[in-house]
Amino acid sequence: MQRHLISAADLTRDDAVLILDTAEEMARVADRPIKKLPTLRGRTVVNLFFEDSTRTRISFEAAEKRLSADVINFSAKGSSVSKGESLKDTAQTLEAMGVDAVVIRHGASGAPYRLATSGWIDAHVINAGDGTHQHPTQALLDAFTMRRRLVGRDAGLGQDLDGRRITLVGDVLHSRVARSNVDLLHTLGAEVTLVAPPTLLPVGVETWPCEVSYDLDSTLPKSDAVMMLRVQRERMNAAFFPTEREYSRRYGLDGDRMARMPEHAIVMHPGPMVRGMEITAEVADSDRCTVVEQVANGVSIRMAVLYLLLGGAEFQTPSTPAAPARTAEENR
Amino acid sequence: MSKTLIRGAKVLGGEPQDVLIDGETITQVGTGLSAEGAEVVEAGGKVLLPGLVDLHTHLREPGREDSETVLTGTRAAASGGYTNVFAMANTFPVADTAGVVEQVWRLGKEHGYCDVQPIGAVTVGLEGRKLAELGAMHESAAGVTVFSDDGKCVHDAVIMRRALEYVKAFDGVVAQHAQEPRLTEGAQMNEGVVSAELGLGGWPAVAEESVIARDVLLADHVGSRVHICHLSTAGSVEIVRWAKSRGIRVTAEVTPHHLLLTDELVRSYNPVYKVNPPLRTERDVLALREALADGTIDIVATDHAPHPHEDKDCEWAAAAMGMVGLETALSVVQETMVDTGLLDWAGVAERMSFTPARIGRAEGHGRPVSAGEPANLTLVDTAYRGPVDPAGFASRSRNTPYEGRELPGRVTHTWLRGKATLVDGKLT
Repeated sequence: MQRHLISAADLTRDDAVLILDTAEEMARVADRPIKKLPTLRGRTVVNLFFEDSTRTRISFEAAEKRLSADVINFSAKGSSVSKGESLKDTAQTLEAMGVDAVVIRHGASGAPYRLATSGWIDAHVINAGDGTHQHPTQALLDAFTMRRRLVGRDAGLGQDLDGRRITLVGDVLHSRVARSNVDLLHTLGAEVTLVAPPTLLPVGVETWPCEVSYDLDSTLPKSDAVMMLRVQRERMNAAFFPTEREYSRRYGLDGDRMARMPEHAIVMHPGPMVRGMEITAEVADSDRCTVVEQVANGVSIRMAVLYLLLGGAEFQTPSTPAAPARTAEENR
Repeated sequence: MSKTLIRGAKVLGGEPQDVLIDGETITQVGTGLSAEGAEVVEAGGKVLLPGLVDLHTHLREPGREDSETVLTGTRAAASGGYTNVFAMANTFPVADTAGVVEQVWRLGKEHGYCDVQPIGAVTVGLEGRKLAELGAMHESAAGVTVFSDDGKCVHDAVIMRRALEYVKAFDGVVAQHAQEPRLTEGAQMNEGVVSAELGLGGWPAVAEESVIARDVLLADHVGSRVHICHLSTAGSVEIVRWAKSRGIRVTAEVTPHHLLLTDELVRSYNPVYKVNPPLRTERDVLALREALADGTIDIVATDHAPHPHEDKDCEWAAAAMGMVGLETALSVVQETMVDTGLLDWAGVAERMSFTPARIGRAEGHGRPVSAGEPANLTLVDTAYRGPVDPAGFASRSRNTPYEGRELPGRVTHTWLRGKATLVDGKLT
């Protein structure tokens, strides 16, 4: 069984389906008058947030509390980190206080992997977003949302996303959400297409298990779900695109474009949305847009991940250690 | 002065011969030489090379004595078989005045493990704006002939042109750290398949290649020589090959790590693999080996870059760039070039001693192993093979990418002008 959740690429199909199924069970807890399970009573989880994040931290915190864990919130601002303390010392300090799991959000790609593999600490490590690398629980909650909407809440149990056509639109280059989604959706059998201006796609994207297109309009009719990625306005200052207006004209999702999508297709967004940039208010507020659902599903998914990692239950398949393809083997 | 007889050494990998050192000089090379009055070193088939010359070392003193000093760095050099190292200018203060270069030069002399030839900064404070007093550094006791802003690129085309022209007056050379700064903002690793996956900022090959292309054209235009530091891509090899075919006076170096390691290693996010220029792809590695073999790349230089443990024991983005290399360079070259059949030991001597000394105008170094020459020598047990143990390093820093890796070859003896600095693998 895996000790950590670092990258969506580390999950097998069976791991991922188990997490999604477990999350469905967790979701039922939210429908009860008392939204709490005793599973993690006496276990301590620290939310170690080196980057500002409201929704992800609150989502993890809600999940931890619903599982009865003791929760410590740590934010780098105003802490010893701003006084120059290293990641290693911060982590070791927290572990010395008896932490069972560390949920980490960090601006540096690979920081959670370092934490999990450097022998600094023994706690379970859950990646809550690292730099432009991975955000595995986001990909899981997205997959959960897609399965519910496209396959069905009950019909989806035990199922993956075989053959579903998922389109991701926007700043793929700087997006950990995109990387995690490509990995996980591929594992779950979906057909992924990335749509972006060429400047916002990484060199090397041609080796990813997905299609790439520069043309949104031709992709929309062939999509079961369209996920809009946030595009930061500052990007245009670095010449990734000429102007905000031109970006939204070519890659933004408005009502007209949404009408080109199949009737059953949904619109997704990991948030926070930049209305008027990648998505218009009309689309964001429409019934086809699952943004709010995604937030609710995020709590269920994080409960499932914490439960499976810490609760003693095992993933169904004996999976490989974290990052199987990432061992330091050199090619000669 | 004392005499030393090295008996049965394969000089430059040839047939076993005896080499007699008297005082600071090699006095005889032949077979069956008399050992009378001499201390005898039984070479037993080890390979004898001219003392190695490193055109690219960071000794960190003054300013970062926590990572290396001239003393610890020259001890590491002697351990690795070097008798002369060129110390880069990016110290604190920067080696951009006669005062600083003389200090470094004098420290090397005092310690006596390895000659230290300081490199002068091209521009004041390595800032790329104003030429440093290149002439004053040349005329100082340190006699600087190599100038470099290494760590930073002389990116302004006019400053680079002027520097190339100016040092002609005293046969100097500018060693360029080729890195287009705008193309490498936020760069963390080679840009390609691996960086795309890891979400680390890319350092594209074109950022190196475009600067090399510009600089060989500038050197051609003004009739100067230019040296390219740590060339790392297959495309750079093509440009240098083209420039040489045109008769442009360009020389180039490759580091041992770029001959062996690839960016696949970065998947571990272990900052011990973080270096500038970054580890490239297997295709680049093979092109670099081929270019070193055919002479397109002239020399191997270590880019020995010591860093304290805390600067590597952290997340990738926060880590310092660089690797120590003096004590493993020859082993890596044997592994990648000799044991693969690409180069013989005479070729190694050419690329790690003769040519670097010639590029840097180092007098008394990079000389043939023959009577009348200064006794700067290195004895290598080429049959040895074993794991790299950083705990045994003489360097103050341990940031090696080879920890635990089995490598061939071990330097057992080093002589600096007849004086043994390394005996049976131990520093004197």
